[in-house]
Formats: sequence, C-alpha cells, structure tokens
Amino acid sequence: MRTDRRARIAALAPLLWLAAFFVLPFLMVLRMSLSDTAQAVPPYAPHWIGFGQIREFLAGLDVEAFRLLWEDSLYLNAFLTAIRIAGTATLIALLIGFPLAYAITRAPKSWQNLLVLLVILPFWTSFLIRVYAWIAILRPEGVLDRVLITIGLTSEPLRLLNTETAVLIGMVYSYLPFMVLPIYAVLEKMDRSLIEAAADLGAKPLTRFLTITIPLAKPGILAGCFLVFVPGIGEFVIPDLLGGSETLMIGRVLWTEFFSNRDWPLASAVAVSLLAFVILPMMLLRGFAGRKETAR
Amino acid sequence: MKGFRLIHSVALIAGLLFLYVPIGILILYSFNASRLVTVWGGFSTQWYASLLSNQALKDAALLSLGVAMASATIATVLGTLAALALERARPGRAKLLFGGLIAAPMVMPEVITGLSLLLLFVALNVERGAITVTLAHATLTLCFVTMIVQARLATLDRSLEEAAQDLGASPWRVTLTITLPLALPGIIAGWLLAFTLSLDDLVIASFATGPGATTLPMRIYSAVRLGVSPEINAISTLLIAGVAALVVTASLILKREKLIA
Repeated sequence: MRTDRRARIAALAPLLWLAAFFVLPFLMVLRMSLSDTAQAVPPYAPHWIGFGQIREFLAGLDVEAFRLLWEDSLYLNAFLTAIRIAGTATLIALLIGFPLAYAITRAPKSWQNLLVLLVILPFWTSFLIRVYAWIAILRPEGVLDRVLITIGLTSEPLRLLNTETAVLIGMVYSYLPFMVLPIYAVLEKMDRSLIEAAADLGAKPLTRFLTITIPLAKPGILAGCFLVFVPGIGEFVIPDLLGGSETLMIGRVLWTEFFSNRDWPLASAVAVSLLAFVILPMMLLRGFAGRKETAR
Repeated sequence: MKGFRLIHSVALIAGLLFLYVPIGILILYSFNASRLVTVWGGFSTQWYASLLSNQALKDAALLSLGVAMASATIATVLGTLAALALERARPGRAKLLFGGLIAAPMVMPEVITGLSLLLLFVALNVERGAITVTLAHATLTLCFVTMIVQARLATLDRSLEEAAQDLGASPWRVTLTITLPLALPGIIAGWLLAFTLSLDDLVIASFATGPGATTLPMRIYSAVRLGVSPEINAISTLLIAGVAALVVTASLILKREKLIA
C-alpha cells in the first residue's frame, strides 16, 4: 500500500509532462484535422473555441479533409505504397536479420556481447548520415557502379538512386538492428536440449530448424517485424533522400502538405489516418500475445 | 563453440559487412583530396579544415549540443521517476495504462509527434526556437530513459532496500541513498542515449523549431538535398566518432557494474 502511494507520487511529474506534450498535442491534431482550410496564419479556422459550445462544435465538424483524403487517389496510393515498401523491407530485413541473429547465438560465448554491440552501434550513429552514406554508393557513377563495372558485372550505370529499390535498401539498412536484437534475445534463451532431443529421435537438421527453432523464435520474429514495419510506414527521410519523385510514401506526403502546401488540416487528417495504420498491427500483435497467454 | 559452422561465419561476416561498409566508405571519402566524392584523389584533411571556417555549421553544432544536453537532463529526471513508479507500482490497470503512455512516444511516427507539438506551440503562441526543440526532444527521449533505468532497477537486490528500511531509514532516504546510487549506471546510460537521440533528430526538430534556430541535422539535411560533398562526409565522420565514443563508454559503464555485482 505504501509503495503504491510512493509510486503514484513518482509517476506524477512524467504523467503531467506527457499529458501536456504528448496527449494534448495529439488532441489538437485531431481537432485540426476537422477544421477548415483558411488562408490565415496559422492556416486554419478552428471550429471549436470552448467547452460551452459542444453542440455547435459537433454541428460544425468538418470532415472535408478526410473526404479529400479518401477521394484523391494520391493519398490512398501513398498509403498503399508506404505499406508495400515497409512490408517488403520488413521481409528482406527478416531474411538478412534472422541468419545474422542465429549466427551470433552460435558464436563462442565470449564473442557474443561484442557482436551484439557491433549490431547496435550503427543504430546509434545518426540516421540521416547512414542514409546519406547510401547516396554516394547508389548514385550514377557512384561507388556501386564503379565496383560493378570494374569487375565486369555490368557495363552501364545501374541508376539505382531515386528508385524504389534505393528506398528498400535504405530501409533494410537502417532498421536491420531492430530485427536482429529481438530475434537474438529469444534464440539466446532457447533451450538447446530440445534440439538435441529431436536429433536423438532422428530428426534431420532442416526438420529440427523448421519444427523447433522457428516456432520458438516466433515472438522475437514478430517483435522484430513490428519494429521494422511500424516506423517504416511513417518514414520520411529515406524516401525523401533515396526515392524518386514517384516514390510517394505517406510520411513524405504529410511533410509536403505541411511545409510546402501549408494545408494544416489536410496534414493533420493524414496524421490521424497514419496513426490508425500504426495502431492496427500493434493491436493485432497484442491480440496474438494475449491469446498465447490464455492458451498457457 | 559447438555447432559454429562455416555457414554461420558467412552470415555473420556478410551481415556485419552490410552494416559497416557504407559507413566505412563515407569515412574514407572524408579524407579524399578530390572534391568528387567517388574519385580518390589522395589523402587530405582539407575538408575538416574547411569545416572550421563554416560559421553556420559551427552555430548549428553548438545549438544541437546545448539542446541535446538540456533535453537529455530533463528526460533523465522524468524518465527515472517514471521507471521508479513502474517498478514500485502494484500490477493492475493503472500500471498498465501508465506503462503504455510512457512507451507510446516510442512507436509514434516522428512526423506525427512533430506536427502535434508544433500545433501545441502555435496554439500557446510561444516563440519557437531552441527551447521548444528542447521540450520536444525531452518528450521523445523520456521513454528510452525509462526503459533503460527500469531494466537496471529490475536487476537490483531488493534486500538492500529492505535492510535499510529495517534499520529505520525513511522511504525517501532509502530511495536517495540506496536505490538511486545503485541505479546510477542505468541513469547515466539513459542520459547518454537521450543525448545521442536528440543530437540525431531531424524530423521533430524541423517541426518544433522556428526561424533562427537551425540544428545540426537540419543543416546537414539541407546540404544533403543539394548533393554529396566531402564537407558533409567530414562532419558526418566527426559525429560518428563522437557517438561511437559515447556508446562504447555507456556500455563499458554498464558492463563494469555487472562485473562488480
């Protein structure tokens, strides 16, 4: 009882801070998404002034921004492109990240901490810089072209920069540590004797891998996919710097609506819809974990 | 050692090469005498020298360092309090909700966090600049501090706190003289993490700042949009070296403590 009261006192300051700088601002985005576009600065005309006018507020709610979002195929396409690219990047990151995580657990114990640190380290170095590093590699006459032409694999520049492939490479590269760490965490705790038992009973290596290792690693795989997919959907920097003008992902559209077109209500409507896309996989993951708890 | 086969070392080496070759190339070309970023023209440190005469870049770096220090300090105080609360609270709906609220900024897309904070600052009619960026970064990094400090608190030996309490120390005194000193490595690591995250952020700072306050990532971003240049490689190399030093320090602090415990 006493510890609980002290917990409440400690929780007070962070709670107030997050209420003021996280919850309240998001409610303002919600309100803004239901406002009229106006030419004033700041460019919006709010429909709601005080608590006494709730009826007027409800009557005056303006779903114009959301209607535009639905009717103009640009926005729907940007959402679909974002989901497609983030999904593909997640899959590729899994295909690279799983063997990497698996190999770390098989390395000698004394190396493992160092190897994990080596995987985390790029994540701490600036995101922007890591994306920039790929520009020099992928651009025409860049490092990749020169290497491929020198060893004779291709005779012409690949023109990878400003394509969807470049965005995929940038995403896999930037988010790979998020895939490796959760998978490593579950594989490391895995009980090896299960594999040995299966081997004693005559299971072949591939069977052991598919029927024991993969199912046991499932929570880590799910967490890794989630950690790559969710930030990937809203990504702005990577499509902006590595993608061409045709690679319109929704995070980039939000940025453009806000900074270039100065349409704040529309940008807010994009933000609200984007959040729905982010929360959905989270609830699915929760549901999955919850079902497993009850099954146990 | 058992079962570490050729295929595992191939996966390891390929994965680590993928992670480090791009950074290696970037660092290599920061020492290139030629202005063409992809043509090697001999070793030179001229781009580092030209950084020193770039006043706009120096201003941006100073601003970013100041913002990172201030926001990391706020985030560490609030984040540590949140970690203490989460560690002490009885399991239940309130704890679950609080934990969810703390973790939420971590999964929120940056563009949304940035946009929402800007709308708040506009509605409050505060002048946007270094202070608003600091507030925004503290909000963003708080959850990361909580995560690290909480992990540290979970490994602490509870009997030490109980012993102090049995000897008559008040709860506040136990927290100040036993819990916090034991959690210190986690708190320091949390501060360093918050510092590097703030130093790195482009998206949220772009929304939260106003005219006159341009952070280092914003400067780098506008330079990158104009194309590659060896100066960007040089400033990037300096940033990578600084952050790597911080991370290695943080992991050494955590590790040394583990050895003692």
